[in-house]
Amino acid sequence: MVDKKNIIKLKNISFSYPDSYQKGPSLNGTDVKVLNDLSFELNANDKIGMIAPNGSGKTTLLHIIMGLCQPDCGVVELFGEKLTKEKEFALYRPKIGLMFQDSDDQLFNPYVIDDIAFGPLNLGFSQKEALIIAREILSDLGIEDLENSIVHKLSGGQKRLVALATVLAMKPEALLLDEPTAGLDMEVKTRIEGILKNLDIAFLVVAHDFNFLKSISSRIISMTEGKVLMDDQIHIHQHEHIHKYGHDPHTHV
Amino acid sequence: MIENEELAFKDSLIHKINPCIRILLAVLLSFWVALSTDFKFISGCFVLAFVFVFLASITPNDIFKRLKPLFVFLLMIWILLPLTFEGDMVFTVFSFDISRQGIEYCAMITIKSITIILFFMSFVATMTIGVMGHAMQKLNVPQKFVFLLLMTYRYIFVIGEEYQKLFRAAKIRGFVSKTNIHSYKTYAYLAGMLFVRASMRAKRVHQAMICRGFNGQFHTIDKFSLDKLSIIFFIIVLLFMTIYQWLIVKVLIF
Ligand SMILES: Nc1ncnc2c1ncn2[C@@H]1O[C@H](COP(=O)(O)OP(=O)(O)O)[C@@H](O)[C@H]1O
Ligand SMILES: [Mg+2]
Repeated sequence: MVDKKNIIKLKNISFSYPDSYQKGPSLNGTDVKVLNDLSFELNANDKIGMIAPNGSGKTTLLHIIMGLCQPDCGVVELFGEKLTKEKEFALYRPKIGLMFQDSDDQLFNPYVIDDIAFGPLNLGFSQKEALIIAREILSDLGIEDLENSIVHKLSGGQKRLVALATVLAMKPEALLLDEPTAGLDMEVKTRIEGILKNLDIAFLVVAHDFNFLKSISSRIISMTEGKVLMDDQIHIHQHEHIHKYGHDPHTHV
Repeated sequence: MIENEELAFKDSLIHKINPCIRILLAVLLSFWVALSTDFKFISGCFVLAFVFVFLASITPNDIFKRLKPLFVFLLMIWILLPLTFEGDMVFTVFSFDISRQGIEYCAMITIKSITIILFFMSFVATMTIGVMGHAMQKLNVPQKFVFLLLMTYRYIFVIGEEYQKLFRAAKIRGFVSKTNIHSYKTYAYLAGMLFVRASMRAKRVHQAMICRGFNGQFHTIDKFSLDKLSIIFFIIVLLFMTIYQWLIVKVLIF
């Protein structure tokens, strides 16, 4: 590898929600660690897929990377810089595009075009430039006809594509996608697959669809007990997944 | 009303006018009418308002639907005001004196309020709330207010859907709304849940905004250019109003 630039590095991260819902009788009143001594790395050109059960802390992991929650202990490094304070994160956040699990969280403007231009405007681009960038992204994703649509009238799939556009409009150096295909039909799934395959930036994509992840990523990781399992550790897992789906009627992408 | 915004998606002369100009006109004309005490002038504006509604290709059906709440209010005024207004007696109903001034006053209120609503219907209801927000921002309405409006417009549907989901969950398990403590409790829980979800949603929306470089300063795209048609329309309407008022004053004097 020529380019081995480190984009994201997590070292020994532990995290539990302060008002953890799970502080239940079965857990002896101790905090549940959502992330437990977790380490993870994303380098330039890495295309990583992550598959893990609900509630295993995938969303939390992505939020830790973006500095949206503070880890109890451990180190977050973005682009080689160790970050702890909100101000430091604010500097590096625009370089990493996080797409939220729920597109309704991501798209807060009434109109599509405003939402896509929001990021570039925040980055200091002029009105004209922001509009050009927004239109460019829309046509790249093949949704230029949605430019002046009202967001709450879009379908789930359209919202997801627009949400992806808002993130790509920031021209990030890495992408974090939180279940981009959840609840989508085959057509939109295939479209997102095509978009991700043509991207030349590093990404970490969380999804429940093994075939989807297999086709877009160069390696697939998982999470369990608050830790990341690297691909060599989950080789058996992968087979289990394939077989599990193999029993059910399913379509191939 | 906000549900489908059907008036906003028509195509007419009014729809082609710059939204800022339209808001400005609606506010200006409304004040003009509201402050006038000249019956002839107000009646003229009443007719003019119908011309605008026609120009905005709003159907009589749409007009009536939107005026209904006003009619209820006006009916109350018609019942109460003539009875209590001091002035020259015209006739007596059940030993109540009905005054001429009272009737005139009622008629004035009726025409004024219908006129103002028609102005807003033709100029403002013909744009979506989103466009209205952006236009207001251009007109230097405080940003916080504008974004409150825009965000409300965006999320009221999402929260509405969440309410439907919660309510369906209750209904599926046999909940029937009655006047008993169980029903009130259920509604209170629904409202509480809705509040919790809305605040959690707000947190996530804020996080998503931060991720895209938001730092407290809202930027949006300027969409509306001040075209010739809008300026000409604005000038013609104001000119017409001025000349019309001047004429009426003249006619009254001579
Ligand atoms: N805001 C929160 N407050 C308390 N607990 C939370 C919160 N968000 C998530 N959790 C808990 O943390 C765990 C991991 O959640 P999450 O990261 O969303 O998992 P995933 O995305 O893998 O489904 C879950 O058990 C969940 O209940
Ligand atoms: Mg999640």
